[in-house]
Amino acid sequence: MTVPAIELIGISKSFGPVQANKDIAIRVERGTIHGIIGENGAGKSTLMSILYGFYKADAGEVFISGQKTEIPDSQAAIAAGIGMVFQHFKLVENFTVLENVVLGAEDGRLLRPSLAKARRELKALADDYGLNVDPDAVIETIGVGQQQRVEILKALYRQADILILDEPTGVLTPAEADQLFRILGRLRDEGKTIILITHKLREIMEITDSVSVMRRGQMIATVKTADTTPTELAELMVGRKVLLRVDKTPARPGDPVLEIEGLSVTDSAGVARLNDVSLTLRKGEILGLAGVAGNGQSELLEVLGGMREGRGTVRLNGKPLALSGPDADGQARRAAGIGHVPEDRQREGLVMPYSAWENSIFGYHRDSRWQNGPLMDNASITANAREQMERFDVRPPDPTLAARNFSGGNQQKIVVAREIDQGPDLLLIGQPTRGVDIGAIEFIHQQIIALRDQGKAILLVSVELDEILSLSDRVAVMFDGKIMGEGPADSATQSGLGGLMAGLAGDDTQAMANWTLSADATRQVGTPSVEKIEAQLAEKHADASKEV
Amino acid sequence: MERMPSWADALLVPLISLLLAAFISALVIVAIGEDPLAAVVLMVKGSLGSTYGWGYTLYYATNFMFTGLAVAVAFHARMFNIGGEGQAIVGGLGVALVCLYLPLPHWTVALLVATLGAAAFGAAWALIPAWLQAKRGSHIVITTIMFNFIAASLLNYMLVNVLRPPRAQDPATARFPEATNLPTLHELLAPLGIEFSKAAPANVTLILALLACLLVWLLIWRTRLGYEIRAFGHSSTAARYAGINPVRITVLTMLVSGGLAGMMALNTTMGEAERLMLNSVEGAGFIGIAVALMGRSHPLGVLMAAILFGFLYQGGAELALWTSIPRELIVVIQALVILFTGALDNMVRMPLERLFLATRRKKG
Repeated sequence: MTVPAIELIGISKSFGPVQANKDIAIRVERGTIHGIIGENGAGKSTLMSILYGFYKADAGEVFISGQKTEIPDSQAAIAAGIGMVFQHFKLVENFTVLENVVLGAEDGRLLRPSLAKARRELKALADDYGLNVDPDAVIETIGVGQQQRVEILKALYRQADILILDEPTGVLTPAEADQLFRILGRLRDEGKTIILITHKLREIMEITDSVSVMRRGQMIATVKTADTTPTELAELMVGRKVLLRVDKTPARPGDPVLEIEGLSVTDSAGVARLNDVSLTLRKGEILGLAGVAGNGQSELLEVLGGMREGRGTVRLNGKPLALSGPDADGQARRAAGIGHVPEDRQREGLVMPYSAWENSIFGYHRDSRWQNGPLMDNASITANAREQMERFDVRPPDPTLAARNFSGGNQQKIVVAREIDQGPDLLLIGQPTRGVDIGAIEFIHQQIIALRDQGKAILLVSVELDEILSLSDRVAVMFDGKIMGEGPADSATQSGLGGLMAGLAGDDTQAMANWTLSADATRQVGTPSVEKIEAQLAEKHADASKEV
Repeated sequence: MERMPSWADALLVPLISLLLAAFISALVIVAIGEDPLAAVVLMVKGSLGSTYGWGYTLYYATNFMFTGLAVAVAFHARMFNIGGEGQAIVGGLGVALVCLYLPLPHWTVALLVATLGAAAFGAAWALIPAWLQAKRGSHIVITTIMFNFIAASLLNYMLVNVLRPPRAQDPATARFPEATNLPTLHELLAPLGIEFSKAAPANVTLILALLACLLVWLLIWRTRLGYEIRAFGHSSTAARYAGINPVRITVLTMLVSGGLAGMMALNTTMGEAERLMLNSVEGAGFIGIAVALMGRSHPLGVLMAAILFGFLYQGGAELALWTSIPRELIVVIQALVILFTGALDNMVRMPLERLFLATRRKKG
């Protein structure tokens, strides 16, 4: 048996009373791609942070290439040949690619020799691994996919043999993700070892050689990817049988609930965020809004939810909504029958220090139901919250607990429960399952579909294309503040949507049956190349990563 | 993440901070060449050892309750109202105008009307910074500080040029009519058969201050407005999501805050001096910040912290009277209390939290 690139033995780490890692053992063979999968809070990131020297393990040993290694800080990790690509990039926005690569790894006091050397090495790396990035481009002008490549180049420039990537595809379009996987494949073939942390089963199946499953701080299993199935992995992650597919009957759309005509939004800097958007949403249907983050989806939800002013016409059940002025706030929207599960539950949907009962009426707190003379009727609010929490399976069902003490999934259930319980005609729901564990995802999806089946309309925004495709009846794609096309979810394809998310309608896109494509989508023959997609995204939304 | 029990958070942390402040103060007293233990005894005797001492302690505490509540209310909306001083000064003007120019038959009516006057003037003085913050984004810390200076100048002008009786030498108003004089604790407690010092200035405003504590508690934790104020303070983005109007909350909160600060003038102007003088506020607006910090913006905490600071004030005056310890040392002690309870809060909290968790784990 060969010496493994990394071997961890008996790693334990606790934060106060929380045991984040418990007696973890893992063995990663050299020249392989090893996936680590687990729900939020399973301890994946803690384990990698220990490996990268951010945390010190309470117990356990780390062996790098058979050598017992102490990693007190990230300098030691780099010296041991470990490189890390974080979910949120750590790049200096107004530096060039070359300057970013050299930063912190300069050879001496003078910059010039280092930069010249780096330029040569970047050229070599680009040739070896297909990591093409213009060394003189300034970071803020290049797309997210390229920025990620710069992060990988930084690690390789520091002689990394072992590369850890934390949720690398969260900000990428499908085509960019494919490109990343090709690069990772080449790195592996050249003998590098790669650890891929993700919660997406599809990625694990697609690219890894072996996979380790973590659950509640423990390493549950390590298996060869070829010997397992997504269903088995999901079961291992959650600890019980999981429905990976969303079960739903075909939609029976009724009368229009929401009619948007020529809606535009300009932000405080004078940039058009929404540009002449028109959409119709009917009773009993789920419309999924796909797109790379930062292309106007958030703004659309915010205007409809009364958090932002806009221009144009929006009608709800035939009645026009005020888009600016004092009647364009969240209170007026709720009164009109719009429920809103915002994209960022921690900053918007919940007041984190508020208890669950206080949060259970947030936004609806002016309802006379909760009023008892001049005071609020705290007892009946609490009783209502307790009942609601039991119905929506919030754990623990303790209404006196502060929102911040619930897990991400349960926080989201509190928000979803509140909004659905008001019986809205239209539910706006943004990133319903971001940072939510599989069990809760299943539950939240069921609730959304149940609401649809009651004849309500749902506008869904998600950066997870899988979620859009499995949940929606109809899909619209946004790019640069405009709708690029819309059509039935059944005939939509990953690759077809992927091009459209950059405003490009290639053969894949045009092949999607019953889809209406906007005149703004650039028609082209063949499939749009990754370079073309990146150039489009970079031109319009170089700052997409900041929005996420 | 588990936390330590709330009683430890609310009581033990400030208590330890206080002991640390006391310890360092003791070192300063030793350095001056006095006996710190004797100083403590003197302070306690002078402020709590007699109804006379209590009368002064509670008189100061009344001031600090009002200004402490003012800061605390603003804190809940995450606003730092440093303008309590100026709002109290202008509140004093309100009291003086009401008492001098309205025909008031009895102290009960006078107190009611003067309370409205004090609150209205204080609130009006807070309204301008609030409006500037809500509409123009001018930071309220800056504007309220500047409004303190403007208020002081305004009072100076009013006293010298407008309100000073003819031929009077000092910048102060005439004495208020007898009917507006508030009963002291001596007068209030006598019918109950309780002997209270005649000379001490504590008066019926103390009861008003206690009532204010209760009302603020109700406002913040039991009303819809309080719910919105706290939500806005915790997260302004969440407030926007819920349709809570930030301008409305900013303005309303500051009106309440300024009104409370203004009401402090009732105690000094109407209750004690019975006329408006130049230095009637004497820094109580700033002490209110320390009181609110130490009381963790909770009315009960503010009440206790106000009494503590009342004790420090009165005890400090006694020290200055009987020893070579200067009155300024009390300012040092107050500064240390603020430093430890406010700025260095986590220095005490973190080790204490760890200690609690460690003992709990051992038990578990």
